[in-house]
This record gives sequence, C-alpha cells and structure tokens, in this order.
Amino acid sequence: MARTRYAPDRGLTARMTLTIFLLGLVFVGFVAALVGILTAAHASSAAIVFFPVVLGLGLGIGSFYWSDKIALRTAGAREVTPQQAPELHGIVDRICALADMPKPRVAISPTNLPNAFATGRNSKMAVLCVTEGLLGALDRDELEGVLAHEMSHVAHKDVAVMTIASFLGIIAALLVRFSFYGELFGGGDRRGGNNNNGGALPILLIIMLVSIVVYAISFLLIRLLSRYRELAADRSGALLTGQPSKLASALQKVSGDIARIPTKDLRESGAEALNAFYFVPALTGGKSLSTLFSTHPSLERRLAELAKISKQLGQ
Amino acid sequence: MGFLDTLLGRTKPVQPNLDALFALPSAAITLEAATGLVPTGAGSVCFRATEGRAFAEIEKDVRDLLAMGAAADAPPIELSTDSYGFTWLLVRRPADQLDALVTDVHAVNSSLADTGFGPQLLCSLVGFAGPAGRLAIVYLYKRGTFYPFAPKGGETRDNALELQVRGAIGDDLKFEPDLSRWFPVWGAPGL
Repeated sequence: MARTRYAPDRGLTARMTLTIFLLGLVFVGFVAALVGILTAAHASSAAIVFFPVVLGLGLGIGSFYWSDKIALRTAGAREVTPQQAPELHGIVDRICALADMPKPRVAISPTNLPNAFATGRNSKMAVLCVTEGLLGALDRDELEGVLAHEMSHVAHKDVAVMTIASFLGIIAALLVRFSFYGELFGGGDRRGGNNNNGGALPILLIIMLVSIVVYAISFLLIRLLSRYRELAADRSGALLTGQPSKLASALQKVSGDIARIPTKDLRESGAEALNAFYFVPALTGGKSLSTLFSTHPSLERRLAELAKISKQLGQ
Repeated sequence: MGFLDTLLGRTKPVQPNLDALFALPSAAITLEAATGLVPTGAGSVCFRATEGRAFAEIEKDVRDLLAMGAAADAPPIELSTDSYGFTWLLVRRPADQLDALVTDVHAVNSSLADTGFGPQLLCSLVGFAGPAGRLAIVYLYKRGTFYPFAPKGGETRDNALELQVRGAIGDDLKFEPDLSRWFPVWGAPGL
C-alpha cells in the first residue's frame, strides 16, 4: 500500500463541523419558533410567514441553478476556447488530470482587478473565471496555485454548500421586512377603529424580533463558514500542486493590489456582489471587527496555514 | 469522495493507478498490425515536483535508480521541465524492448508512490511512429486510462488518426471515455 503524505487538518474539520451544526441548530430553532408563534396566531400573519419562505426558496434555487450565468454576466466575462487561451487551458487541463476532475469551462473577465472565481451548480456545469488583471499580475506557477484553489472550491461543492447555508439568512431577512410592512399595515387598520386582526400585532412584532436575532446569528455563522471553506480550498489547492509557497505569493501580490484600488470603482464594476466566490474579497475595511464579518480569512492567517503545509511537504 | 468530505471541504490528493500500464506492450502489437505504427523506444513520465527538500531527494534517487537499470549501453535518462512547470523523465530503450521501457516507467512511478508522492504523477507517454505520422499513447495515472495524442504541424492535432487508434486498440487498453480529458501535451519529451 502506497504511503500517503496527506495529513488531515483536524482542527479545521472540527471547527467547520461545529459551524455547520450551529447553523442547523439555529435553523431548527427558527422553524420551531415560527411554528409555535403561528399556532397561536391569526391566518393573516401566516401569510406573512408563507410568502418570505416561498420567495426565499425561489431566490435560493434560482441563484443556485443559474449561478454560472449570473456570475459570468455580473463579471462581464466571456468563455474562451483552448485556441484563444492555450496556456490557461493547459494549466486547467493539468490541474484536472492531477485531481481527477472533469474539466470546467474557462472564462476571462476584462477587468484590471486581479481576481478569480469558480461557480456553477455542479462540477460538470462549473465555470472557472479569471480576470485579465490576474493573468497580467501573476507568473505561471502562481496562476496555477490560484486555479487549483478555485478547482478545490468546485470539488468541495462550495456553491451548493454556501447557497444552502445562506438560505436561512435570506428567509430571516425577508421575514424582518415582511413583518415590518405587515405591522405598518396592521397599525393603519387599527387606527380606523375596525380592529379585526385581534392579537396579530404583537405576534408580528415577535416574528420580527425572532427573525432579527436569527438573521444576526446566521449572518455571523455563514461568514465564519465561508472563511473556513476558503482555508479548506487553500489547503486542498496547495496540496494538489505541491506548491503552497506559490499560492502564498499569489495571495500576497493580489491582496496588495486589491487594497490599493479605490472602493468606488469596485462598486461600479459589481465586484462586491461576487465576493463570496472570489479568490480574495474586493473590499477591505477596518481591521478588528471586519474580520468577524468578512467572507475571507485575513491574509496573515492564510499565509500562516500555507507555511504549515510547505513545512509538511518538505519533511 | 464521500458526502462528509465534500461538506467539510477535505479533498484528499488522488492516488495513482499504476498497474494498467502493463497492458501497453500487448496493445502495441495490435496497433502495429492495424495501423503500421511502431514504438520509437522512447517513453516518459510527467510529474509535478513539490517544493521542499524531500521531493528533490526522491527525484535524485529515481534518476540514480533508472541510470543503474539502463546500464552502460543505454543513453542516460534525460530530465526536463516543460513550460507548465511539470518535470519529465525521458527514458530511451531499443525500439523492440517495449516491455523493458514499461518496467522503467513503472520503476519511476512506484518510487514516487512509495515515498508518498504518488498524487504528484500526472501522466506517462510512450512514443509511436509510422507512415501516418507520430503518435503518443498517454496514460493518465489518476484515471487508469489511456488516450492517443497525435500532433500535426504547429499546434493542431490529427484527430482522425487519434480516433483510428482508439478504434484499433480500444479493446486491448482501457481508453479514456471523456474526450475533454484528452488534453494535448505539445512538445512532450518522447513524442
């Protein structure tokens, strides 16, 4: 039996398991609270819960199903053939052969911002997109590292996992909005002296408060999960090519460039909407609190983890 | 990869399949009968070197091992790095010793696999030449499958010859069914 050099990162696995477990717990608690509130409620407030759930489900499924088309259009990217970009395709071919994965479509986005993302609802429908800025900024080995990181996102089915994880947050956010409007509407009704929705007003208020709490907790958990999945993709990508230091140097180059570019241009180019799928996030705010809300781990953290892998490989 | 591995984002590097390579010599006889393509005696192994001292040492051991096996009468093993950063080890044998060539290639594979660097193996190829042109039978370690690669002038492929070869020896070798994985290896040593 061949020896393996693969050492699993148990700490990362444990933290990710805990995060997923907590998200599930919040979800179950949220559903239980809604059912509990609604059994004591009027029919009109049931509709206020029903619509956000249907709408959230539709949004979630839609954005998952068309994730490749939506992301490509947002980034203004076009698909390239092996004839148009032979080197890029060559690198992707080799990564796929090393990882035993089907080859994704390859696209280039005409942005100067150096970045890359992978999307698509499964590995057969996956699209790998790099920006022109990235192709210009990185050398071949660094580009290979970034592409291996993105292919690891595809292998980990991160689009599916993050869509399902975000679903809770979407519904909670929609519920906050709907119950807020419901309350305004109910308030007008009561002032008219025609108070026929009985106890619905406090119930809407309770739904709104529960939703706000659920939204806040799930938001933090989803961001935490996103950061762990970035670390997992860094790790798998680095082990795939066997060049963790190249990925580290790519990260360093790209993060420096991103932080230097003014925020206004980024908002206009629509890069912010794609942050969760990007290689590095396009906006960098303050230091301490932003790490809690960020979709990506800090540069220092990612470099430290890659240095660990480099050390393991050298032994 | 299991459901839990996906959920927790812990893909393991894929181990190579080394044994299917030994089916090549008998397939080469069928290939010659059907298309007139004969082995050139050149074969190569392609792998992605990892950073660090451990891999560099093993790479050196592999070269020593092959140099010993090839003895004094054979030309030395040639080492090169291609434009994608992959390392190629080129082994040359007399054209009629395809068995020995495959054994050499296998020796490289098992040294890498035994030391834990099996996942770094990309592909192996054995060169053929004939009236129809040049051709390589490429072996994909992670799939355990073969595919033909026939370069024509410039960066174009002779797809007709490739499909003809698949028709001729498709029953002898396990061919890669997914055509999108028949990636080109332009200018590969041993072609």
